[in-house]
Order: sequence, then structure tokens, then C-alpha cells
Amino acid sequence: MSQVALSIQGVDKIYRRRGRPPVHAVRTLDMQVGSGEIVALLGSSGCGKTSTLRMIAGFEDVTSGSITLAGRRIDRLEPASRGVTMAFEGYSLYPPLTVRDNIAFALKSARLPAREVDKTVEDMARLVDIEPILDRYPSSISGGQQQRASLARALARRADLYLLDEPMGQLEPQLRAILRGRLKNLLVERGMTSIFVTHDQTEANALADRIAVMEGGILQQFADPKTLRERPANLFVATFVGEPPMNVFAATVAVGDRVSFAVDDGPVFSFSSNELPLDVRDAIGGRKRATIGVRPHAVRLGAGPNEARVVSNQWLGDQSHLAMDVAGKLMVAVSHARIAARSGDLVAFRVGAADLHIFDSDTGAAVSHGLAPACG
Amino acid sequence: MEHTSGLERALRGVALALIVVFFLFPILWIFLMSFQTNEEILRIPPSPFFTPTLGNYAALISGKLTTVSGTLDIAFMRNLWNSVLLSTASVAIALVLGVPAAYAFARFKFRLGEDIAFTLLSFRFAPPLLVLLPLSLYFQQLGLTDTYAGLIWVYQLIALPLILWIVRGYFEDISPDIEHAYRVAGHSWWSTFTRIAVPLAGPGIAAAGLLAFIFCWNNFVFALILASADKQPVTVGALAFVTASGIQYGQIAAAIVLSVTPTLALALYAQRYLVEGLSLGAVKG
Repeated sequence: MSQVALSIQGVDKIYRRRGRPPVHAVRTLDMQVGSGEIVALLGSSGCGKTSTLRMIAGFEDVTSGSITLAGRRIDRLEPASRGVTMAFEGYSLYPPLTVRDNIAFALKSARLPAREVDKTVEDMARLVDIEPILDRYPSSISGGQQQRASLARALARRADLYLLDEPMGQLEPQLRAILRGRLKNLLVERGMTSIFVTHDQTEANALADRIAVMEGGILQQFADPKTLRERPANLFVATFVGEPPMNVFAATVAVGDRVSFAVDDGPVFSFSSNELPLDVRDAIGGRKRATIGVRPHAVRLGAGPNEARVVSNQWLGDQSHLAMDVAGKLMVAVSHARIAARSGDLVAFRVGAADLHIFDSDTGAAVSHGLAPACG
Repeated sequence: MEHTSGLERALRGVALALIVVFFLFPILWIFLMSFQTNEEILRIPPSPFFTPTLGNYAALISGKLTTVSGTLDIAFMRNLWNSVLLSTASVAIALVLGVPAAYAFARFKFRLGEDIAFTLLSFRFAPPLLVLLPLSLYFQQLGLTDTYAGLIWVYQLIALPLILWIVRGYFEDISPDIEHAYRVAGHSWWSTFTRIAVPLAGPGIAAAGLLAFIFCWNNFVFALILASADKQPVTVGALAFVTASGIQYGQIAAAIVLSVTPTLALALYAQRYLVEGLSLGAVKG
């Protein structure tokens, strides 16, 4: 990571409302964002990602901990003094101003020369495709156009940190794909340190250098997209990141000449000593129970020691999604070849040792990923 | 699209005409009365045809009320001025105090906040007569009896809760993120309040101010008890027309026309804001 731009240390956020139990929205959050880095906060609704963003912006107080941006501690400063800019999920354009004036507002307030203001507004409008509506008022444009105007307004300003709350949530998929590319180029070219909140994994993967996965107010893992997919820190990350999500099963472990994982009332996945390295066997240790996982793309269909009955088979145009009944649970396999199986058919499959993820059955923490222990 | 038959249109027209007559006839009749003498007003049967006179208005403006038993001095114009002064000053102070308070109640959750807001509203629950006796005693001790300051203070019981509760709703309807966007762009809390929140709640503030003005203008009992003739508004001053020799209907009608004119003019001027302001909260999603 390059020089640290934003440092969040031990931050907690507890909402206390009269007559209601307190809500611990963010728990002991530690995060460091490098200068020019693009970070995604990914998680389901209520996981604490927007609270985190609003604490950085200064709209919510920090209950405890500290936030430092560009070498200055900012968690007690007014939002105006923090050096951040933000695009809001609810757009929040100023109703009495045209889209052009909305984008230019902060630039004019900063007393930038008129020519520079005009050029920046035009550039940003071109970036988000809203040039034809620059002279219209927010009330007369669609939600998607308002969202793009809000994004343009946030990006037009110079700031130490750009906070984008669901910046493309209201856009059509095609437009979203185009804007993702343009936004990424802009952020990278100008070295704009940015954090964006999303629940769209495609968006997070396409834009972010690193993704912070949050759940229950806790940062589950903060890593690059490849690491999140290949080496999830725990069961939550494993099942949250990836589309379709990882298949997981509770299994009984037997370590002998072979290491076998017997899924409860289901198949046994068995591997020889050659297949599973010694340090993975060491990581498994004396565990009798474990949760095993395999990504849908890693399930090999057509041959192998195991069989399962097909529940459904969908061809999505470029890949088959085959849902199989494994010990009363669904196991999804993805293949880029068109699979001919019909529901009710028996299909053979195998899981390679290199594709096996093992998690502690009690804590959900990762034990090993494929051929390497999780801690390695 | 619905199509209405000729009969339906005719029935609708008749219904609208009846409603208009029902509401406007008393006002029209009072307006006509203000140009008649007492004898013309009281003749049986009443007639809309008469010889108009400006005598009633002249009596009000000159302050000399001529009755069969003699000439009385009345302070109607002074009462009118008192009404303007008391209502304007009361609403101005209530706006200065109430709008920031409404913003605070709308935006910040603080200890006892809801209790304080409800207490302010509860001033409107109590019948004025209930508080008048203790108020008049306190006012005597504080030297506020028969002063404009005292009346303006007590008029806050009318104007402040009204403004606070109406305007609070408008502030709550404005997305806090609009203000956040402004604050994060480098502006202070105060600047956000004055340049974003207040202009956006403008129609609501105008509507609340206008309603408070009308309520203050129409108040009768506070000024009756707490002020003497030279500080009383028109609502109390109108009592002077009930004289020993009878009720001066012509002058009363002229006084009503004159005293209604400022509020009517204000309401017509601010009608757009009033309708917009009072309906905005209802239609917003």
C-alpha cells in the first residue's frame, strides 16, 4: 500500500435513542486506506457501511476511536473542515438550482475562476452523460439523472477523500457498466483516494483496489477482490462474496492415510496425502468437525467419485448453473459448457483438493484454502 | 377522462353558486352596511337599495361617534394601529425565536426535546381565561400591564407554538442530506441553516407566519384584560360602538371592513405561499 491517506483506528458507533436499546452499528473498526486507493465498503443492509462513511464525512459522531485523514485527526472537526466530498445515495441536489449550478456550487464557493468552473462542470457532465440536462432543475429530471448529477457534483470538487454512497444504485445496468469504466479511469488518472459504499459485488470488483466486507458492524475482511474470492477469512465472507455464493457443508473430519470429509448424511470427499500438503493437515489438526466449502465454478461435473441428483439446470447464455441436491442442501455448479442434464438426473462430480476451503465449525474462521493453510 | 353531462354541469354550477353565496353573502352585506345609516340598516324589511354614505368611515377616521344622545370620542384608528403593531411585532419575534427552535426540534435529538416541544404546544390547549388571572397578577408586579411589550410577550402564547409546530414539519420534510451536501462543501452549520434550510422551508414559514398573524390579529381576550383603551387592538376597540343609546351597526360594519382589510390584503398577497405551504407537507412522499 502506498502512503496512508486515511486511517481509522478502533472506531465504534453506538446509536442511543430514548426508550430503545442502543444499536452498536460499527464495532472497533480498524482500516487504513492508501493515497490514491479506491476502496469499496461491501455488505448487506444494516451492516454498518453507511454509518462508517457518515462518520468519516462528519455527519455522525464517532462514539470512540479516531479517524485521521492526510495526517490530520478529523473525527472532531466540522464536515466543512475535513477535506472530504460526498455523493449521496438520495442524490440531495439543491432544489432551487439547475444541475449546472449544483455541480458548480462548491467550485464557486471556493472562488475558482469562472473559466475553470465552467470547464470542470462540462468535464464532469460529459463523464456521467448528463450534458443535455445541465440547465434543468432537479425536480424535472429522473432519479438516475439526479444520481449522476450528484456524482458529478461530488467529483467536481478537489478533496483529500471522495466518499460515494451507492453512487450508481439507481442506474440501468448498461449505463452502470459504461460509467464504472469512466469513473475508474478518472479516479486512477487523478489519484483520487475514494471510498464507496455498495452492495453490488460486480461494482466493487470492477472499481475497487480493495474491498472491505462488513457484517453486523464488524469488518470481516479487507483485501483485494482476488484474495476475497480465493482466501476468504471466514464463512461469512466465503458465502457473501461470489456469485453464485460458495457451497458450504458441515462435515466430519477423519485424518489418516487419507483425509476425508464426510458431509452429514451425504457424500464423502476424500484426499490422499499427496493431494493435501502437510501444513494443511497440520492446520486441520485434531478437529473432528469442520465446515467445508467449494466455489460453484470449482465443482467438476461429469466424472468423479460423487453423485448428486439435479434439481434445476439453467443456461444463462454463456454458462450453465446446475443445482444439485447434496445431503438435503443445494450445491450449485457452474460450467461454461452447456450441460444437458435434466432435473431428476444423477450427475457425477468431483471436488479437487486445490479448490477445497475448510472453516472452523465453531467460529467460522478459515482453516485452509486449497493447498495452503489460511494463516500462511 | 371523465365526461360530464350538461345536467351534471348545471347542478355543479348551482351547488358552487350556493356555496359562494353562503360564504360571501355576510361579507357583502357587512360591506353594504358600512355605507348605510343605522336607520337604513334597521328598517324592516331590509333592502339592498339605499343612498350610500361615507359617514361611518368619516366617524371612524375622525374619532367622533355621533349618536342620538350626543358625540362620543372613539379611538378606532389608534386601535387599528395597535393591531398592526401588536400582530406584526408578535409574529416577527415568534419567527425569530420559532424558526431556529423548529429547526432544532426537527434536526437534533436532545434530552427532553419532545417534552419541551409538547409543552410549547400545550399553551394552545389551555383556554386563555385560565391563564389570564395569574398573568394579570404577574404583569402588575412586573410593570407589564398596559404595555405593548407585555401584550407582545403574551401574544407569543398564540404565535410561537403555531410557528414552531408548522415549521418543524417543513424542516423534517427536507432531506438532511441536502444540508449535509452543503456542509461538506465547506459551509458552517449556521450558513447551512440560513442559506439552505430556511429558503427550502420558505413557503411553510410564510404560511405559518401568516396564520400566526391572523390569530394574533383576531385575539380579543388578552388585550381586553391586560391593556387599557390606548393599547387595545380593534377587536377590543369595537366594544366602543355598543353605546348607551344603542349599537352603532353602521360604524361597526365600517370598522369590520377596515380591520379585515389588512389581513385580507396580506392573505391575498401571500395566497400562493399559503396554499403551497399548507399543502406541501401533505403531498410529499
